[in-house]
Amino acid sequence: MSSVPAASELEVVPAADPRPTGGRLTVHRLLRSPSALLSASWLAFLVVVAVALPPFVETAANRQDLSLRLLPPFSLDEGFAFVLGADSLGRPELLQLVMGTRSSLLVAVTAVAAAAVVGMALGLVSGYFGGWVDEILMRIADVMHTIPSLLLALAVLYVLQPSVGNLVIVLAVTRVPVYLRTARAEALALRERVFVESSRAVGARDWRIIRTDLAPLVVPTIRTVAMLELASVLLAAAGLSFLGIGLQRPDVDWGMMVADGRAYLASAWWVTVLPGVAIVLTALAANLLSNWLRAAEDPAQAARFVRRPRGGRRAA
Amino acid sequence: MWTFLRRRLLTSGISLVGVVVVVFFLARITGSPASLYLPESATQEQIDQFNRLNGLDDPVLVQFWNFLVGAVRLDFGDSIWQRRPALEVALSAMPPTLSLAGIALALSIVIALVAGSVAALFRFRGPDRVISVTTLTISSIPDFWFALVGILVLAVNLRVLPTSGYATPEAWILPTATLMLAPVGVLTQVVRGAMIDALGAGFVQNARARGYGRVRLVARHALRNAALPIVSVAGDRAAGMVNGSIIVGSVFAFPGIGTVILGAVLNRDFSVIQASVFVVGVGVILVNIVVDAVYALIDPRVRLGAGRSS
Repeated sequence: MSSVPAASELEVVPAADPRPTGGRLTVHRLLRSPSALLSASWLAFLVVVAVALPPFVETAANRQDLSLRLLPPFSLDEGFAFVLGADSLGRPELLQLVMGTRSSLLVAVTAVAAAAVVGMALGLVSGYFGGWVDEILMRIADVMHTIPSLLLALAVLYVLQPSVGNLVIVLAVTRVPVYLRTARAEALALRERVFVESSRAVGARDWRIIRTDLAPLVVPTIRTVAMLELASVLLAAAGLSFLGIGLQRPDVDWGMMVADGRAYLASAWWVTVLPGVAIVLTALAANLLSNWLRAAEDPAQAARFVRRPRGGRRAA
Repeated sequence: MWTFLRRRLLTSGISLVGVVVVVFFLARITGSPASLYLPESATQEQIDQFNRLNGLDDPVLVQFWNFLVGAVRLDFGDSIWQRRPALEVALSAMPPTLSLAGIALALSIVIALVAGSVAALFRFRGPDRVISVTTLTISSIPDFWFALVGILVLAVNLRVLPTSGYATPEAWILPTATLMLAPVGVLTQVVRGAMIDALGAGFVQNARARGYGRVRLVARHALRNAALPIVSVAGDRAAGMVNGSIIVGSVFAFPGIGTVILGAVLNRDFSVIQASVFVVGVGVILVNIVVDAVYALIDPRVRLGAGRSS
């Protein structure tokens, strides 16, 4: 579930960390929160759909049948594939949604994972070493903060060709500063702690301290931030596809489907409304889950820090 | 105060240089823009001539210098599509965007103050849960879809609002609501958190012990302390408002920087894209300076110029 690769490996708790050991406790708590359980189930369902179904339905999903164009939903006359109606080219809406699930999830999860890994690494380096490295990285983050992400994405995807790879890169790059700031703030507080000092005293090198002392303690926070980011990256990717500079046919995602329905808004509402419902449900599930994750992990975090990170105004 | 302003202008200057470099980088990312501006049938001689005329056969450093000289004089070249300076095109689009963003942000803050305070007063009880689920849901709605559904319900089915336009007050309702979608949820959560902190503080407990009512407690004592994070987060949303404005421009054809940017992309009008990135970047930097100054005015504890930012 975690979008950070090797998170399980980093989960090994160092002796200095009195955090209650992870896995079972988290699952146990998940079962006790109906909204979080529902959200996790919905996301798990989508992952199964995205992985298992596309190979079987791809041909049927892209088959155009103009006699069925803008077929109204909620009728089984044309078979189960058309239960949610058809779009302007007579393609079954349900199967298009299934195909869209794969691209939407793939783009959002890859972008979040890439941004989280890169941002965390840069943030740890920035916070641990300080000095000019820190200064440069923070200034770059400031500049990126100054240019609206959608404007940057529009400009970059306009010069590069829109493709899945470029879309993921643009989304990931615009999100790196979020993790950079979070990881930096934590590293800044952690590097003064006794267990880091004792590592240094026994001769551990800087990179080893970052890897084995700092990273494991920062991962939970980054994971929570990543879950929160999943929703906004999903929305951002959908927005780019809606504007026509995200995914291109024959790939399809939910944002593109909303854009396709736009011309038929007055006559065939379902082509616009249904993919949007899929986006809202998925983003909501990610938001609820991240909310729960934050609450579930918070007490442990509070106990873990003797000194809170310096509260800059961006920390609010 | 002056030390602060000087230091803030210096760091802003660095951000500004960064923005200009990004703009240059955008322009050169494709190599020569000849393929964008000339028809596909252009011969090699025509491409060479185009490059020579636009100084694109110079070494990159020379090009960068020329670009900087142009940027210092605020010259980003002419709009190919509109035949007037690109900067003028971008600047003339700002007033509608600024008004719309200002209204949307102000309304979001008002709603967030009320909803967040109520949630804080009823922490972990019914009203708090309802507000928290509502704000999460609002944050989960894609703005372009919200705009289309708004048109579908209010303009197509109920016929109470126009589908697009700018001239009548009714035409502003859906664009404003669309733009509020992103900030209102975040701000409500910020108000709630800040208010819970403030209500737990000693001086508020003291006021409570002296028998002040809830409303007065919140309005007079807690709110002032909760103002700081609200101001800073509201300032942080400034760049985000431009994202919303691009969507609003696309769906409602609402004039503004969003329509200009989209039009520039469609018409391969590259100088306008560069000028827009520049104008928006400068705008966001200005907003951040103002936010920092307001921050200092509200909170006498913040001593501007002491310590470093970030």
